[in-house]
Amino acid sequence: MQLIDCPHCGPREEVEFSYGGQAGVAYPADPAALDDEQWAHYVFFRDNPKGRFAERWYHAVGCRRWFNAVRDTVTYRFEGR
Amino acid sequence: MRTTTGGRIDRSRTLTFTFDGETYTGHPGDTLASALLAAGRHSIATSITLGRPRGVTAAWAEDSGGLVQIEEPFPEPMLPATTVELYDGLSARGLAGRGRLADVPDSARYDARHHHVDVLVVGAGPAGLTAALDAAREGKRVALVDEQSEAGGSLLGEPSRPAWVGAAVAELATFPDVLHLQRTTAFGRYDDGFVLALERRTDHLGAAAPKHLSRQRVWRLRARAIVVATGAHERPIVFADNDRPGIMLAGAARTFLHRYGVLAGREVVVFTTNDSAYDAAFDLHRAGAKVRAIVDARTAVPARTAEACEKAGIWLLTDSVVTGTRGVDRITHAMVGTDPIQCDLLLVSGGWNPAVHLFSQSRGTLRFDETLGAFVPGEPLDGVTVIGSAAGEVVPAMTLWRVPGPAERQFVDLQRDATVADIEHAVGAGLRSIEHVKRFTTIGTAHDQGKTSGVLTSGIVAELLGVPVRDTGTTTFRPPYTPVAFAALAGRDRGHLFDPERYTALHDWHVGAGAVFEDVGQWKRPRYYPRPGEDMETAVLRECAAARTGVGLLDGSTLGKIDVRGPDAAVLLDRLYTNLMSTLKPGLVRYGVLCGVDGMVIDDGTVMRLADDHFLVMTTTGGAARILDWMEEWHQTEWPELRVHCTSVTEHWATFPVVGPRSRDVVGAVFPDVDVSRDAFPFMAIRETTLDGVPVRLARISFSGELAYEVYVNSWYAVAIWQRLLAAGQQYGITPYGTETMHVLRAEKGYPIIGQDTDGTVTPQDLGMSWVVSKKKVDFVGKRSFARPANLDPRRKHLVGLLPLDRETVLPEGSQIIAELTAPPVAMLGHVTSSYRSAELGRPFALALLKGGRERVGEVLQVPVNGALVPVEVTGPVLVDPEGARRDG
Repeated sequence: MQLIDCPHCGPREEVEFSYGGQAGVAYPADPAALDDEQWAHYVFFRDNPKGRFAERWYHAVGCRRWFNAVRDTVTYRFEGR
Repeated sequence: MRTTTGGRIDRSRTLTFTFDGETYTGHPGDTLASALLAAGRHSIATSITLGRPRGVTAAWAEDSGGLVQIEEPFPEPMLPATTVELYDGLSARGLAGRGRLADVPDSARYDARHHHVDVLVVGAGPAGLTAALDAAREGKRVALVDEQSEAGGSLLGEPSRPAWVGAAVAELATFPDVLHLQRTTAFGRYDDGFVLALERRTDHLGAAAPKHLSRQRVWRLRARAIVVATGAHERPIVFADNDRPGIMLAGAARTFLHRYGVLAGREVVVFTTNDSAYDAAFDLHRAGAKVRAIVDARTAVPARTAEACEKAGIWLLTDSVVTGTRGVDRITHAMVGTDPIQCDLLLVSGGWNPAVHLFSQSRGTLRFDETLGAFVPGEPLDGVTVIGSAAGEVVPAMTLWRVPGPAERQFVDLQRDATVADIEHAVGAGLRSIEHVKRFTTIGTAHDQGKTSGVLTSGIVAELLGVPVRDTGTTTFRPPYTPVAFAALAGRDRGHLFDPERYTALHDWHVGAGAVFEDVGQWKRPRYYPRPGEDMETAVLRECAAARTGVGLLDGSTLGKIDVRGPDAAVLLDRLYTNLMSTLKPGLVRYGVLCGVDGMVIDDGTVMRLADDHFLVMTTTGGAARILDWMEEWHQTEWPELRVHCTSVTEHWATFPVVGPRSRDVVGAVFPDVDVSRDAFPFMAIRETTLDGVPVRLARISFSGELAYEVYVNSWYAVAIWQRLLAAGQQYGITPYGTETMHVLRAEKGYPIIGQDTDGTVTPQDLGMSWVVSKKKVDFVGKRSFARPANLDPRRKHLVGLLPLDRETVLPEGSQIIAELTAPPVAMLGHVTSSYRSAELGRPFALALLKGGRERVGEVLQVPVNGALVPVEVTGPVLVDPEGARRDG
């Protein structure tokens, strides 16, 4: 079980967190202006890189704050902020 | 046989135990294996597929032969006799193939503790003890764990344990920040210095174990630095019939002699590829055994060693190998070519494998060392140091995996009865990867997880493929290092402590009223309140009839409640709900639906507007936490500029729906300050009042289709308000009802339960609730998905009602719906999502998701039930009071 460094609480056990997938996928400013394919990309498509990955994490049973972190999907290691 | 002196056993005390029904004795400090060997018993178990006799092959957890079943004091399967500390009254049997689980509940307690240290040292042998002492002296917070009953590690197998071991243990005990645990196996290493260890606290005490102590404890250790000092396992050599009782690793015989005072045989042959086995030969010789021969595969041995053999009168054969054995329940001869050498103990040493398990488990790479014939730690890992024998500080050995001979009788993994022939089959079938060979042969998958067979397999596969062992590599080491009982892993999290149980403020009242409870998430909710002689069906029909014709009362306090407050509260709700919440006037209630971005319904419930900047949002009982998280996620990650706070208030408010035609009389009687008349207090309105100074909120909300009021009060006053409602309703026959009746009432009205009538693929339109989807709002979460072609497909499944034509069958929920029975595959049109017997309709009915269902209303379809087809009529989902006259009454 990893230790994850919550920016508000410091290092805490992995079980306190939930995973929010890829970071930086903003809700489209005007969904109605997107065609079906563009909208489907927002809803269903995410990157799945081998290596560095910017992710969203939620300290669900701690401070309940969302934060972004860069993690290596090969080693699981988080980069220091 | 037992030696006359020596060993770390307490000869002044005798312990009595039974094995395979026979009575034996031993001493404190013995293991079951050492006590049986002292009695001259080598044959312990029979193998799993071939039924061959097997005996003790090693002195600790790497033993592959001596598996036993504990019968008393409590049944426990598949333990190596070498790791069972002896106690009075122990009763065990040799394992004949498979073990037997207890058929009675385990009454022992198991628990867990968390501990955080600067340095965790695994292994209290010479290397580990030294490392722990060094760290302690530097003022570090230290944990030292070791799987044996006492510290010393490999030194316990030496003629006497050096005095410094005791001194080191004593000094460690003087440091308040040192945790030193014996009988504790570190069985798994995980990320960021996390190690799980199992402490066996009372097993060695047998029936004398104090009841207040947990039997076993899982230690969850988090360490900045881990020192792996786990020693090494001696490696066997494979030859024909190498599995007979009386064949054991050379170092094990030495441990039995020095630690337990047991001479494992009288006539000994030693087969080795390295110098370490000579220590065993000379020690057993000195203890009175006749060492008939040392068979050394090397062409030459050190001159000093050869001289010592000559001096002791031991026949030394160099450049020779043991090719086979004779004997049935015990070895009688070791074969060197065609020459039989009589013996009752054959000691084997093919070198030493560093115990790299903990290092390797979490991304530690291994390197094959040619001089050792073993895998050693490769690239260093952050925060992990491997020292001593585990790091490869072991006696070099000539590499010899197997001697030529009949492959089908050359055992590699004794516990799986897997032989060299099996490996040949695997390689012959084209397998090249060691992982594939493992799965094909099952080698390394048994109780010992390949502690002695793993490296042998790598070597033999490499030989067969004609590649270097470093190219074959080894299979992945995975936790646990030794088996851990599920009971220990579960710890105290079992039975009613498995998951938190949530009770409403009225729980004791429900219990007193004889409620039958059901689990709804973590909540215990009354399902129905049976009267004497009633089963669920009759109780629910009675409760339903009361709510439809008189008045019923429900404890709805588990309903999820979120307080949404702030100047932008309405903006947040407008963006998340499919309908408009900003137009709701304070003092009124609106039903709303939440969808994911994919347009699928995720939750529903009513929303109360208490003030311009203050909403109380109701969720489903199961969705409370999830929907609060959903709101937080959108607020924090997309719209942090919104000035709004979301707070869970589920437990703060007790909620009691008062339901039925007489509900107005009851609510009006209990809350005289409120004008409950139809015009003064209309459907979907809120009234605030007080009762004896206690604030109470009333709302005309109906989840039953009846005239109904929901009463909200601070949970502290729940019982008092509930009692007043009951008292006021007595003259109308007020009837408490449970979740089952609640479900029937709502289903009769076609109100879906999110998660029962929906499954994450259902839109509001599929539910026939297009009216809840705002056409005015520019956007809300999920809106864009409604325009996707798949969401517009007329063949989508719709929520419909089903009426079985026989007026008798309650369709099982989950049943498939078909048009007619054809040759397979039969086209499935949908499935039943809710199904009940209805007092109001006088017949059973169901809700279902049906392809193109709204176009099929009036059709008769078929539902297979217990092998027969039940014809059902498709109806709209609302079967009771479709105009809503009762609700609005």
